[in-house]
Amino acid sequence: MKSLADLHALRDKLKSDLKLRKESGTKIIIGMGTCGIAAGAREVMAAVLDELARRHLTDVQVQQTGCIGMCDKEVLLDVLRPGEARITYGNVKPEDVSKIIANHVVNGNIVEEMVVGKIENK
Amino acid sequence: MQHIRAHVLVCGGTACKSSGSQKVRDAFARYLEEYKLQDEVMLVETGCHGFCEHGPLVIVYPEGTFYCRVTADDVKEIVEQHLYKGRIVERLLYREPLTQEQVPNYDEIGFYKKQHRIVLANCGEIDPENVGEYIAVGGYEALGKALTQMSPEQVVEEVKKSGLRGRGGGGFPTGLKWQFAKASVSDKKYVICNADEGDPGAFMDRSVLEGDPHRVLEGMAICGYAIGADEGYIYVRAEYPLAIKRLRVAIAQAEEAGLLGRNIFGSGFDFTIHIKEGAGAFVCGEETALMASIEGKRGMPRPRPPFPAVSGLWGKPTNINNVETFANVAQIINNGAEWYSRFGTEKSKGTKVFALTGKINNTGLAEVPMGITMREIIYDIGGGITNGKKFKAVQIGGPSGGCLPESMLDLPVDYDSLIAAGAMMGSGGLVVMDEDTCMVDVAKFFLTFTQSESCGKCTPCREGTKRMLEILTRITEGEGREGDIELLESLAENIKATALCGLGQSAPNPVLSTLRYFRHEYEEHIKNKRCPAGACEKMLSYIIGDDCKGCTKCARNCPVQAISGAVKQKHVIDQSKCIKCGACMAGCPFKAITKG
Amino acid sequence: MTTINLTINGQPVQAPAGTSILEAARQAGIYIPTLCYHPELRPEGACRLCMVEASGSRGLAAACVYPVAEGMVVKTNTAKVREARRTVVELLLTNHPKDCLCCQKSGDCELQKIAADLGVRKLRFEGGEKKSHAIDDSNPSLVRDQEKCVLCGRCIRMCRDVQGMDVYSFARRGFNTIVTPAFGLGLGQAACSLCGQCSTVCPTAAIVEKDDTDKVWDALSDPDKFVIVQTAPSVRVALGEELALPSGSVVTGKMVAALKQLGFDKVFDTDFSADLTIMEEGHEFLHRLQNGGVLPMITSCSPGWVNMIELKYPELLPHLSTAKSPQGMFGAIAKTYFAQKAGIDPAKIVSVSVMPCTAKKAEAARPQLCDSGYRDVDIVITTRELGRMIRSAGIDFAALAEADFDSPLGYGTGAGVIFGTTGGVMEAALRTVADVVAGQSLPKVEYHEVRGMEETREATLNIVGTEVKIAVVHTLAAAKKMLERIKAGEADYHFIEVMACPGGCIGGGGQPVPVDASVRRLRREALFGCDEASIIRKSHENPDIIALYKEFLGEPLGEKAHHLLHTTYQAQRR
Repeated sequence: MKSLADLHALRDKLKSDLKLRKESGTKIIIGMGTCGIAAGAREVMAAVLDELARRHLTDVQVQQTGCIGMCDKEVLLDVLRPGEARITYGNVKPEDVSKIIANHVVNGNIVEEMVVGKIENK
Repeated sequence: MQHIRAHVLVCGGTACKSSGSQKVRDAFARYLEEYKLQDEVMLVETGCHGFCEHGPLVIVYPEGTFYCRVTADDVKEIVEQHLYKGRIVERLLYREPLTQEQVPNYDEIGFYKKQHRIVLANCGEIDPENVGEYIAVGGYEALGKALTQMSPEQVVEEVKKSGLRGRGGGGFPTGLKWQFAKASVSDKKYVICNADEGDPGAFMDRSVLEGDPHRVLEGMAICGYAIGADEGYIYVRAEYPLAIKRLRVAIAQAEEAGLLGRNIFGSGFDFTIHIKEGAGAFVCGEETALMASIEGKRGMPRPRPPFPAVSGLWGKPTNINNVETFANVAQIINNGAEWYSRFGTEKSKGTKVFALTGKINNTGLAEVPMGITMREIIYDIGGGITNGKKFKAVQIGGPSGGCLPESMLDLPVDYDSLIAAGAMMGSGGLVVMDEDTCMVDVAKFFLTFTQSESCGKCTPCREGTKRMLEILTRITEGEGREGDIELLESLAENIKATALCGLGQSAPNPVLSTLRYFRHEYEEHIKNKRCPAGACEKMLSYIIGDDCKGCTKCARNCPVQAISGAVKQKHVIDQSKCIKCGACMAGCPFKAITKG
Repeated sequence: MTTINLTINGQPVQAPAGTSILEAARQAGIYIPTLCYHPELRPEGACRLCMVEASGSRGLAAACVYPVAEGMVVKTNTAKVREARRTVVELLLTNHPKDCLCCQKSGDCELQKIAADLGVRKLRFEGGEKKSHAIDDSNPSLVRDQEKCVLCGRCIRMCRDVQGMDVYSFARRGFNTIVTPAFGLGLGQAACSLCGQCSTVCPTAAIVEKDDTDKVWDALSDPDKFVIVQTAPSVRVALGEELALPSGSVVTGKMVAALKQLGFDKVFDTDFSADLTIMEEGHEFLHRLQNGGVLPMITSCSPGWVNMIELKYPELLPHLSTAKSPQGMFGAIAKTYFAQKAGIDPAKIVSVSVMPCTAKKAEAARPQLCDSGYRDVDIVITTRELGRMIRSAGIDFAALAEADFDSPLGYGTGAGVIFGTTGGVMEAALRTVADVVAGQSLPKVEYHEVRGMEETREATLNIVGTEVKIAVVHTLAAAKKMLERIKAGEADYHFIEVMACPGGCIGGGGQPVPVDASVRRLRREALFGCDEASIIRKSHENPDIIALYKEFLGEPLGEKAHHLLHTTYQAQRR
């Protein structure tokens, strides 16, 4: 390290690794109840992680949640952008993941045809 | 590269390690692999979170779920339920001691809610053996800023303006100390970090060194730049092997990264840091004794002046601060003196880390803004007294400090209020005592400590504390004499006025403060030969009451045949033979034996 | 240097910057009691007896280490100060034996004096634990009684800083702290030179000379014994201090008279054998110089110094002159030449010496010093012990009429008497060597080139056309540095005089206390006065020495002289 600029460059590179431990941007929440897992939630999760890695979306958090009672619509996947409504997508398949991330997570356009619920941000 | 969706932070502080955190960590590694989560969940070993009573601690991010007292057997459940299925393992959550309410999140726990973590900000949050994590959270930014954008004068000025005072006990203004060392003209100067934490029960410095070693290195380097020193020593007790190991790793990584060594940040400033292990003599925390010890001599204090800023290590100007003091420096440089001086009181700025121990529910480390009341620390953060007992006193400042009674609970905790109350900040050890504690016994405990840790150099400390201890001992053994209190006071005042170093000058404080607030307890011991707290064994007698059924068990248990009585008749204890071991009472099936 | 203005007890005082309050007060005639302070040792501020009130100091200030400051107001005698000092003394006395009346140091004890001065009448903490240690008398010279040690550390500083021997250190902690040689060894087992400087600075009887006066009394009262005594050069200028006379008093005649009153059969003078030493040592030096012997040659009359080199630098022993010390030569001659001449069975002779030195007790016990066929010197007492004997005999010393030494071992020259000071042996040797080389009596007597009190002095002298480079060293710390230079090949001297004690024998470990530079200066001036008053001032011109060689020894370095007057050295492993 030769200068303060070097330090800043290194810091910016390393910072993303720790974002998880601070409050940060968009959250993707995947239903991981027994029903969800049976419907393929793990595969959806894997697809989400792959897609995020491919797009270098390091400040997107991926969380799981348990069964919320719409078992027939599993796999359920929520997208929660800061300051916006929490959108729940139903019957998500791994192949849908790319579309949801590209349109909603990145560009803020809700993929309306897959939405099964919406909770307004208070 | 895989997207990491969760971090599992396992505490690797000394306390958690001793309660099994290494096994927990290993179990996580095994089960993450078993559930094929190893590529999406990162396992991190951190330093201490300060909540040692509840360790080993595990925090899972991004949720921030805080699991307490985790054993290796719990790990499979956490991996399967939480990390795989997203269900919090509720039985491992923290419960508030007063409400029994479960609290899933780290920052909502009462213990942490009132804390304000500057010094401990990274402890438990980053991997102390990875300089990258420290850099990622803004580490070494302050050093860079100081070296490239500030003059040494400006650095000293900023530290002065911040109002930071020495966290090792004395509370001397840090910036002023730096200014003195800077003003000394010499071809060579030194920076010393005093990590010879010795107060019984205090472990904040160890936690910082274990959990965030780079913060201390950065503070020392900034100090070196400010005063014109190119070499630093960390004097750390050999009883802190983990701290020493992490410091070694940190120094090596910082040198590797060019953050220590020659021409740091291209500024032309050189700074190297050595570790010197001490053997743990309490007096070596005194700065002149500490320097003697680094020089390879017997750790004995020498008179000041000359102060270390003029003639310190090997006769060269030296600035010496303790771990917690250095740990504040980077934040002050980064955020400015004004930001820092917003915390605390008019004369005691910033935060202070306290080590809570004793009869308190949440033992551990708490960093709070100066000026918070003792009541907030003990009840809001500490969760109150264990077993629903009544609060009696809090001892603050270790062997140099004093005991404060309930009436002082609303005292704002800052340097000057504590001194006025007859205690002192010390390094921040807080020992909470309940109604079962005898205050004469407490004074005796601390005097025993100082007497055995006295270096023996000056007469008042060597001989005087011995005589004080003898008087206290006879008081607790029912041999107290009329006039003993006055004798103690006279001796205490003389020792305070004449001892050579801080250890001796403050040694009488535990006696003086208990005499000030609990004089009646001394009088009870002396006049009525009674220990009101029922703690002084030699003053107790065991008595067999009317519930005795004559089962003979106590007589058989007594190791000195002090109990006699016929079968099915009430037994009697011969008090002249009784050695007060308590075996009779412990074994009585009818609870017929009482002590008092 | 900046001058600081302050007031002490309301009195305006000026002192140079850096002066301690204590020094400033003493210069102003204000007495502050001390225990760990010693004017010639680095102050430590340990005993806390010299506490004063000083503006600017938190609590009381230790005057011995607290520097004066401009405008400072010092009070040395307030109620608070008095109470603090009394408490310190009270604490020390509580942990101290109360056998003052039968203590060897009674009357000379600083603790006793301070307790009396401060009026400590009651010990409020009596009944507690007291330290308990065995007495260390594991060597012929010194006795240590740790129960009397007040842990002032003066012995440690003296041994380490002045003598460079570093025998003592603090060990253990708190109440159990002690001063001890490493590993708790006795001085007889530790690497100690037995110079006794520790005993001159010990304020109590924790370190004292081993008292051999009873042995002397026994000999004196034994009708079958013929008891002779020799007195070292420096004793005559120091003994008066033991007997209420001012420092620097020359008491030669009174001393001789007192010794005769004590009952010695013959009173002789070590000055005589000092002259003899010059004869042998001077010729040895010339021999080494002319025959390519080991150089630099170093004097060997100081037994503390001989112990040091045997202990620490045995590889340099060939540099030591083989000539015995004056005490050793006297012993060998007394039980041979004198016994024959006087017709006394040497087995009946008890040879006593009065020395300024504790190491002389050990020297006399060396197995090498039995060349007369007997132990050459039987009993060695120090100046302090002789003082006690005179007092105990009830002799009114000041009123004594002067008496003369006995013959034939009682006459010494001015060269012999200056053996008692640093540079004296060198000067005495030069007086003789120059004459011997020149083959005639040269007019030059005094060699001011080698006089002085600097720890190491050197000079290059022209001795009848030959350049001789000499050095004079005193204190063992300075001696150590010189030996290091010799080892490193950086010392191209021909001849070096070494004396173990500060100032030489006048500052010896057996001399009266207290002693400091001013006392040593007075003793030294007195010795040079003795020299100047001497009619004969060169050793080889001493008629009794001439007679001794003629009647008994033959030539310097001759066979008999070699047998009786030269010795060997060997490494000491302790």
